[in-house]
This record gives sequence, structure tokens and C-alpha cells, in this order.
Amino acid sequence: MPVSVTNSRLIYDALKACDVKIISALPETWLVHLIRMADDDPDMTLVRLAKEEEGIGISAGAHLAGVNSALLMQNHGFLAAINPIVSLALLYKIPLLMLISYRGHMGEKDPWQTQGGLATEPILRALNIPIWHLTNPADVARRIKDAQTLANAALHPVAVLLSRELMWED
Amino acid sequence: MLRVDALEAIYPDLQDRIVVTIMGAVAAELYTLGHRHTFFYLEHAMGLASSMGLGIALAMPEQQVVVIDGDGSLLMNLGTLSTMARYKPGNLLHLVFDNESLLSVGGFPTATATGTDLAGIARASGVPAVLEAGTPDSLKAAVASALASHTLTTIIAKVEAVGPKSFHMDLPLLENRFQFKRALEALRKQASA
Repeated sequence: MPVSVTNSRLIYDALKACDVKIISALPETWLVHLIRMADDDPDMTLVRLAKEEEGIGISAGAHLAGVNSALLMQNHGFLAAINPIVSLALLYKIPLLMLISYRGHMGEKDPWQTQGGLATEPILRALNIPIWHLTNPADVARRIKDAQTLANAALHPVAVLLSRELMWED
Repeated sequence: MLRVDALEAIYPDLQDRIVVTIMGAVAAELYTLGHRHTFFYLEHAMGLASSMGLGIALAMPEQQVVVIDGDGSLLMNLGTLSTMARYKPGNLLHLVFDNESLLSVGGFPTATATGTDLAGIARASGVPAVLEAGTPDSLKAAVASALASHTLTTIIAKVEAVGPKSFHMDLPLLENRFQFKRALEALRKQASA
């Protein structure tokens, strides 16, 4: 499976540098290494979800309890979580660090991913959620740190879009 | 049983704990019984009170967290039972008041009115302890035993579909949010002192 282990490790290390203690996730191809890294880390609480919207509740609870968290989701998982993003995170001013695998964008061969790819950024913009694209390994640590910093300062969700260039080696 | 009588019976067990409730009648009733800074009323995002409770329970293993859920909310997020059951935090109590109705939005019957068995779903999801209570006394006993057991427990309490005259709470939701976060911070400091 040509998902980049090296770049997954960079992302994971960046989350650790942000003192993230709880990661919620639903498996998806591009996230496999990240989920395994979280599972193998005795200092990380990995919460495997049934559906992404639960992750918004878990991160809200973690924030109110004073613990940093992050969400690993596919963009279709982000689409599944829109209501709680609006009626929990935005309503209650909850910072969310959402790492979203950006399927269905340039280079996508799977037809079933393409509608979600087309909808992702317009919907993030409609929700006024700031977007950071991760395409270059050199940017990973800085951009994830800065995304978390903004989320915490603004008490607002932020989206870090994991691109094909970063995640997929072919 | 009336939910307000049930809440009154268990209030002594709630008042010094972290409590997350769903919106609507139950929030107004608990608030009226006596608001505490460690009580959070999730005024929207139906179904996610239990997910929030799970997040808090995982983040603060030294504290006991009580989620007060309802049948309509739980039916919107049944996956929460399998997720809670997967991690089984012993400091989480999931109490569901089942009035077989979406009371706050017109009283339309939920699927528990036509045979869906939430206790059965919780058991089959792997929640290690599932209790049922039909009177304030039996609920009080169930809550006390669940809290003493330090085992993830779901309690299904059937109640009548009756709520307060007014759902008004003199507590803006952001005030509740910031107050609650500060109260949890104080608990954390207390625990580490």
C-alpha cells in the first residue's frame, strides 16, 4: 500500500509536539499508518469511532476537560460530521484540530471519491473554517502547530487537509 | 415515574460529580433542582452528550462523569454505545431517561414506543453493566451501585412523557461552557494537589 510512512510519521510527530493526548479516528486508506502509530503509542488515547460525528463530541469533552485532541477523518467523514461541527463546535466555541484526508481532489482515480472532493473546500469555507493544505513535508510540523494555535486562540475549528502529494507514493 | 422525581432522588449523587445532559426538559429540570458549575447542558447536537461524556471521562480518569441522555438522542447516535463499550471507562455512568417520546418537539413517539429496547441494544453493544429502573427508589439504588462499581454502566429509566411548563434556564450557553471548563480545571488542580 503506497501510503507514505515517512510523511505519516512527520504528521504524527507534529501532533505529539502539539501535546495531543487523544486522537479519534475512523479508518481510511491514507490514515492507516497514522492510526497504527496512535495505537502503538502508550501515551496516546486512540478512540476508534463508529461515525465521525462522535469525534466532535469527544474532542469537545476533551477540550472542556483541559486535554488537547485531534481528529483523523476522511473528507467524507467531515461531511458526515457537519451538524455537530455547527451545533456543538461552532455554537459552543470549541477548538477542533481536524486532519482531513483530501480524497477526490487532483489525481483521484476512484470515481466514488470525486463528489466529496469537489464539496470539501466550498463547505469548509461556508462554515468559515480556516484551511491549511499539507502538500510539502517541510511544512508539516509548522502548519500543524500553527493550526492548533489558531484553533485555541479563536476557539474555533480548523481544517488541515492532507493531500495526495503528501500521503500517497506513486 | 416522573423524570423530575427521578432526578430529585438521584440529585445527591449528581451534585458533586461532572454531569452532561441533553437539551430540553431534562436540562431545565436539573437546572431548576440546583445548578452546579460541574453541570453542562448540551443545548443542541442531539445524540452527542454521551460522546462528550466519553471525551471527559477519558481525559479525566480520576473523576466520575454522569451523562443524562434520552431515548430520542440516543437513537440518533446508537454507535456511541459500541464506542463507549469498546473503551469501557469505569468512571462513566450513562443514564438514559426513556419517555418513548420526542417531548420537547411535539411529543411524537420514538421507536422505543413501538418496541425498540435500548437496554437490549446497550447489552448487545457490549456495555459491561446495563440496569433498568422504573421507580425513583430503584433508580437511586441503580445509580449508587453503578457509581460504586467503577464499571461503565448504562441505566435505562422509563419515565412519563411529561416536562416542565417552561424550558427556560437563566444561563446562556456560553456562560455554562466557560463556567464548566473552569470548574473542571479546578477539579483537576484539586486532584493533583
